[in-house]
Amino acid sequence: MGDLIRIRDLAVRFYTYEGVVHAIDDLDLDIRQGETLGIVGETGSGKTMTALAILRLIPYPGKIESGSIVFFDRDLHSEIELLKLSEDKMRSIRGNKISMVFQEPGAALNPVFTIGDQISEVYLLHRRRELGDRAKERVESLLRDGSGVSARVRKPFWRWQRRLYNKIAQESHPFEPRLLSHIPLFKRLLWRLTNEARLLTVDMLKDVEIPDPARVAVQYPHQLSGGMKQRAVIAMALACSPELLIADEPTTSLDVTIQAQMLELFRRIKVEKGASVLFVTHNLGVASEVCDRVAVMYAGRLCEVASVEELFLHPSHPYTRALLDAVPMPGKELQTIPGALADPLNPPPGCRFHPRCPGAMPVCQQEKAKLKEINKDHIVACHLF
Amino acid sequence: MSDWKFMARQLVKNPLSLAGIIIITVFVIIAIFAPLIAPTPEGHRDPYMIPRDGYSATPQPPNEEHIFGTTEGQYDIFYGVIWGTRSAFHVGLVVIGVVLAVGIVLGSLAGYFGGVLDEVIMRITDIFLAFPALILAMAIVAALGPSLKSVMIALTVVSWPSYARLIRGDILQVREEDYIEASRGIGASSGRVIIRHVLPNAIYPTLVMASLDIGAVVLAAAALSFLGLGAPEGYADWGQLTSFARNWIVGPSSDPLRYWYAVTIPGLFILFFVLGWNLLGDAFRDILDPRLARR
Repeated sequence: MGDLIRIRDLAVRFYTYEGVVHAIDDLDLDIRQGETLGIVGETGSGKTMTALAILRLIPYPGKIESGSIVFFDRDLHSEIELLKLSEDKMRSIRGNKISMVFQEPGAALNPVFTIGDQISEVYLLHRRRELGDRAKERVESLLRDGSGVSARVRKPFWRWQRRLYNKIAQESHPFEPRLLSHIPLFKRLLWRLTNEARLLTVDMLKDVEIPDPARVAVQYPHQLSGGMKQRAVIAMALACSPELLIADEPTTSLDVTIQAQMLELFRRIKVEKGASVLFVTHNLGVASEVCDRVAVMYAGRLCEVASVEELFLHPSHPYTRALLDAVPMPGKELQTIPGALADPLNPPPGCRFHPRCPGAMPVCQQEKAKLKEINKDHIVACHLF
Repeated sequence: MSDWKFMARQLVKNPLSLAGIIIITVFVIIAIFAPLIAPTPEGHRDPYMIPRDGYSATPQPPNEEHIFGTTEGQYDIFYGVIWGTRSAFHVGLVVIGVVLAVGIVLGSLAGYFGGVLDEVIMRITDIFLAFPALILAMAIVAALGPSLKSVMIALTVVSWPSYARLIRGDILQVREEDYIEASRGIGASSGRVIIRHVLPNAIYPTLVMASLDIGAVVLAAAALSFLGLGAPEGYADWGQLTSFARNWIVGPSSDPLRYWYAVTIPGLFILFFVLGWNLLGDAFRDILDPRLARR
């Protein structure tokens, strides 16, 4: 399978008062079609920034300094350079082709709108034509089956609605409905669009295994449990069947039983929808459960990329080995990594891990290690190889 | 629809907010039915001009013809307070409406986009806030020429900066929330994010302040009228009525309360109007914010 996302030489910098923070440095990473790629690393290693950079949502004062992110669009069958796209085009990709699940399900939902409202918004933003089409069909069936006095009175109105929704379904920017949707009270005339979005929303909620989806759709976020909220957030991300789903530590704030259910859900999504998943986590156990390949990051740089079995059976980079040793196990003394995470303002020269590395050599202090393929599909950035 | 039921229940549950609703409802009824409660005499051209019964300066106590008496210049107090309710609503609602619109637009631009825009808008509000509000309002009215319209313009000019500030502060807080990032993540434009996601979460304190301020604006307008900077003489306006009574607050030393009606009646109308909006403001806080109680 080909690559869905190809990141080359990506650099993200934060211009703060204290100095320039090198959040991501020279990152090369591929996400293949239909795979789950995990990114693991400590807090501050640039995992989340990588995810946000793909969506071009790096928060101020951060900036994507250089590099390229190429996205392969399956529908258009062409490659798109995301970093050169206009903001308008980028918006049509966010939530549509690439969507994101945030870490804290409670915080990612707007407290003043119902779950249904928030998921419908995704459809209203990206699937207007499809909604128009569905609404048109509904009005047509009303015209066909309607009988009696009330139907006869309403028929001219229905005909007008059919024309309106037909316009929405065919052109991408029809004049009449566009005018209507900007005038506050007349907006209500397009209620069938909202209605269709609601129906799709309920289907979507059912898809992520929410019991009684019709009831949940009219509830506010605070009325749901953490697991339910996370399911709702996932439903929002999946609403438009994205080609890439970015999950930023989606299980961190959940308890273990719910975590297991979520992992199961992610696995099913991948199989059913054929979407690629970028799974950001600091939990190696979770990564080994869901991922096909895993990338290890340290202080903004990539250390090692390999398939799950390869990485867990033959970890090569000293940092990966240290991370795996630091997983708590019963009956084994916990091995911590000595030292602290590299200071992002003044990163150590050469390989950033060398002050903490047990196998550090003189060359490590001077030269940055290049990525080398030591095995099939196993890439390591270390002077040892 | 359960939302509406919930709001209604919240309103009725608290006796103070219920009192606020009743007071404001009574004023609304008075304003709407003013022509029935205090009919304009035949041949009187402008219904907002209080009919007068002679030119004597001394106020006359309540009697059959003038149930609240007459004030200086023989203006009928009853007619004045009834039609003055309309002026009060007019001033309060228009000023607060314009102030809200200006404050929300400028405040959300400053808060959401930040940077240079924020700096410019906030320094402008600083300049406005550096003047004592009432003195600035007086200066503006004096420059524009005394009339109800100039009073409204002056009050708008002095009160929008605090709204822009308040809404900016709330937006600064809300825009850092994850759900704002999430809404950008689903492809919403800046305008949509502000209107659909940021404002509904940031606007409650502003709305509460607005409803409290309707009373305050009417009070400030009355103060300007009292100083002679308001409506033209004889216009139905509570501030104007208190201004007429300025020389009659204390009667002759033998009977200091002789002219009580001249100042007390318009004063009571102002008092209850402001009190009603203050109580209602608290009620709004209870019902508007779904995070507070709806569970």
